[in-house]
Amino acid sequence: MILQCAVLFSFLALGELVVWFTGIPIPSSIIGMLLLTAALKMKIVRVFWVDKVADFLLKNLGFFFVPAGVGLMNCLGLLSDQWLPIVGSCVISTFLVIAVTGWVHQYVRRAASSRRHELYRE
Amino acid sequence: MNFIENKFFLIALTFVVYLASQLLQKRTGISFLNPILLTIIVLICILLGFGVDYESYADGGQYIEFWLKPAVVALGVPLYRQLESIRKQLLPILAAELAGCVIGTVSVVVVAKLLGATPDVVISLAPKSVTTPIAMEIASTLGGIPALTAAVVVCTGIFGGIAGFKMMKLSHVKSPIAQGLSMGTAAHAVGTSVAMENGYRYGAFSSLGLTLNGLFTALLTPFILSALGYTL
Repeated sequence: MILQCAVLFSFLALGELVVWFTGIPIPSSIIGMLLLTAALKMKIVRVFWVDKVADFLLKNLGFFFVPAGVGLMNCLGLLSDQWLPIVGSCVISTFLVIAVTGWVHQYVRRAASSRRHELYRE
Repeated sequence: MNFIENKFFLIALTFVVYLASQLLQKRTGISFLNPILLTIIVLICILLGFGVDYESYADGGQYIEFWLKPAVVALGVPLYRQLESIRKQLLPILAAELAGCVIGTVSVVVVAKLLGATPDVVISLAPKSVTTPIAMEIASTLGGIPALTAAVVVCTGIFGGIAGFKMMKLSHVKSPIAQGLSMGTAAHAVGTSVAMENGYRYGAFSSLGLTLNGLFTALLTPFILSALGYTL
């Protein structure tokens, strides 16, 4: 467990370092994630060094969002004033994102593979 | 000071309420009874009922929220395990993410404006599909209300997690990779946790979706907002 946490937190710290050095407006955790993926790919880090803590955290990912959600109680006034635009726009937009992302992926994938088939025929 | 403001009590309360919510969902099988949503509602009711303000809750809650960052780093593991299929589909994935990011930001801004939201609320809503740290960063740099953004992001994630797979059925998004991507793009890490329950592969592509949408949204939101007439 110590090895697992050492690896995981090292990559988070590395992400923090990158943000501190460059000042880019991307969260350290996202940078840490990308660096961890790269290190696994380059075999600097082996999967079994970090998979147990990763699986544990990812299985319980939802729980860590509870405190931010409870923060809703600080915006109750704003919410009761403008609940319709807030709820309406989020619901409609979420549906659009789900549909459009999925459609574009399926469409481009099909287009790319049929082009590959044409190349074979030629 | 009230005992209810004790941070260990508040942490214990959060665990117990979440556990009860999980059991309730398992017993009833109703996806609308999402444990995250239920826990948030129950905790807000308890805190309001006992007159505890959010800052006192956050004193304990910060230790739970702390794990969000390492958990996002941990998403690198499923991502690594799917690298081969990502490499094979790089173009479809990038195209889908770009489309999802633009449609998400434009639609939430336009609809909120049409329904009468004030400019600061519109800006707070713009990054609603991406994970909390990115969204709050965007909201605060562009002049939104970070607290509202955090709450809206979590709610969007829960809504996407609950309704996402039904929406995909409705809109004929069928391939597992497209479904995973859509989920992560629309509902960030909360959606990813639901996708993960559906299967490891869904979870991996969902984490890819949340990453790429996070990057695209961080880069594009300022331009989209100013193109839609918001002075930042």
